[in-house]
Amino acid sequence: MTSETSPSPPPPLADLWQPNRQLNQWIELGVKCVFGLFAFVSVATTIGIVLSLIFETIEFFGEVPLWQFLTDTRWTPLFASAQFGIFVLISATVMTSFIAILVALPLGLLSAVYLSEYAPAKVRAFLKPILEILAGVPTVVFGYFALLFVTPILQRFIPSLQGFNALSAGLVLGVSITPLVASLSEDAIYAVPQSLRDGSFALGATKRETIISVVLPAALSGIVASLILAISRAIGETMIVTLAAGQNPRLGLNPFVPVMTMTAYIVQVSLGDTPAGSLAYKTIFAVGMTLFVITLGLNIFSYWFVRRFREKYE
Amino acid sequence: MTPPVAPAASPENTEATNAFQPNPSRRYLVDKVFFSLTWLAVAISILVLVALLVDVLIDGLPRFSWPFIGTDVRNAPCLRLTPPFLVTHPDEFTGAACLKWPFIMDFPSRRPEEAGLLSALVGTVYVMILIAVIAFPLGVGAGIFLEEFATDNWWTRAIEINISNLAGVPSIIYGLLGLAAFVRFMAPVTGGRSLLTGALTLSLLILPVIIVATREALRAVPDSLRQAGFALGATRWQVIWSHVLPVAMPGILTGTILGLSRAIGETAPLITIGALTFISFLPDSLQSPFTVLPIQIYNWVSRPQPTFHVNAAAGIIVLMVVLLFMNATAIFLRNKFQQKIR
Repeated sequence: MTSETSPSPPPPLADLWQPNRQLNQWIELGVKCVFGLFAFVSVATTIGIVLSLIFETIEFFGEVPLWQFLTDTRWTPLFASAQFGIFVLISATVMTSFIAILVALPLGLLSAVYLSEYAPAKVRAFLKPILEILAGVPTVVFGYFALLFVTPILQRFIPSLQGFNALSAGLVLGVSITPLVASLSEDAIYAVPQSLRDGSFALGATKRETIISVVLPAALSGIVASLILAISRAIGETMIVTLAAGQNPRLGLNPFVPVMTMTAYIVQVSLGDTPAGSLAYKTIFAVGMTLFVITLGLNIFSYWFVRRFREKYE
Repeated sequence: MTPPVAPAASPENTEATNAFQPNPSRRYLVDKVFFSLTWLAVAISILVLVALLVDVLIDGLPRFSWPFIGTDVRNAPCLRLTPPFLVTHPDEFTGAACLKWPFIMDFPSRRPEEAGLLSALVGTVYVMILIAVIAFPLGVGAGIFLEEFATDNWWTRAIEINISNLAGVPSIIYGLLGLAAFVRFMAPVTGGRSLLTGALTLSLLILPVIIVATREALRAVPDSLRQAGFALGATRWQVIWSHVLPVAMPGILTGTILGLSRAIGETAPLITIGALTFISFLPDSLQSPFTVLPIQIYNWVSRPQPTFHVNAAAGIIVLMVVLLFMNATAIFLRNKFQQKIR
């Protein structure tokens, strides 16, 4: 201020802020490498799953031939006269999952339609968290509910229903995956552009006709994807079927008697004291491999379906 | 029904009118039925949830009682006001006054009316802390790498497809992975069927959830923030650490808590790696055996005696309270986050 005539002297160089660029670049590189390694953990998980399943499964098939695994009609790996018919377990899994989908598809899809097409904003804001709570209920709680609440009620109507059965397990399993179907289908329905609905209304269609013949077909790929994801979840679900469907390996599709799903078998063996390397220990990996292959197949199919049938709107 | 409106000039027109019958009253009736069905579907879901909660509360609430000050008569754990606070071992009992809380502060027992869930509750808390310590840095780091550092090449895309695939793998398969990798292969480190094994297994299980949540939170941060940082000469990491992460943190925390609340409800993977169902001591190191609430609940439900089912219902109430607390935290963070962005 005072010496306006003389040019202010340049500040000494040492006072200038001199960032240590070398160090910063090293930190940058280090962070990138470490975080890249963290991202690799997810790949390592997949590799680990495949490897841990494959090794024990190969050893299992060294002792039990594959055709026996596929054609035996009984599942008695812990008995002296052991038989390994995987379809005994698969039939139970298919039955509980099928019942679950019979419940979850209409409930989930109709809920999604209500939430995205009919519900006022306030009602929607109130209902979404409730469905999220339902989705967050631990499956062991659903298992308790199926065994001690649903089964006794069903037994009043169906006297022949046994204490453990595939019916109540499947029904409750269906309710537990309903929020998944609802929220994924709703996303798909929400993505359908409004102009499609307007076009349909302009042609004189009612709201239901618009939804059924315009909106739902347009959202089909997303709905099918949600359905497949739900099937895959139902097949892999463990606690509900273990608690409510029982532990009786039985071939057939009678929903009123105890059955044993693939996941229930893994739990049964895990709870017992099974030494590593024994045949029973290897069976749970063979069953796990079957489960993994089925769910992976479903996931790949869903991925392919969505890419093949996705409707794109501008 | 068809009102004679338009002057039908040509015969084609009259034919068309005859073929198309709008029949609006019937169509609107079907509309109403359809609407009722959609409404009913939502109502059924809510009704089941309410029935579940009410059933559990009716069955389980009578099992609880208030904590009281007492002396140790049985081998029951109690909480002292002076160190060592929690007394669990029979030798440590001195007859001094201490706080007792039936069921909450009891160990599992063969007699249902004496059984409690202390070891399960403590196990759940330990596992939860360990998962947070393991999975949070891993998941957030991986998310930052994929969203901020990685270029779009086949390797990145492979990781992305892999993550979405992992989300579809049944949880019990993770249990088998834990059994083969952590219980057997890494036994010297993890100590076999231990607390650390359980936490590692569940961490891998919820890693995709945290990664996806991190990426979404990072994507929501406006790019102008990053560009301002770059313009001032900051490195990418400096921009992320001091500007992007603070803004994205509430979203990341929300996702992490949701992942954690999924992890503490999981039963199947922990049963598969061999977490015990009957433990009457508290884990004292990372390598000691453990149990958690869902496993204790499973154990009680699977017993035939109805008195154990009461314990199971009471255990479910405790588990749901823990979950409710965590979800409330997540919702609180989410709301705070939304206000900040606006």
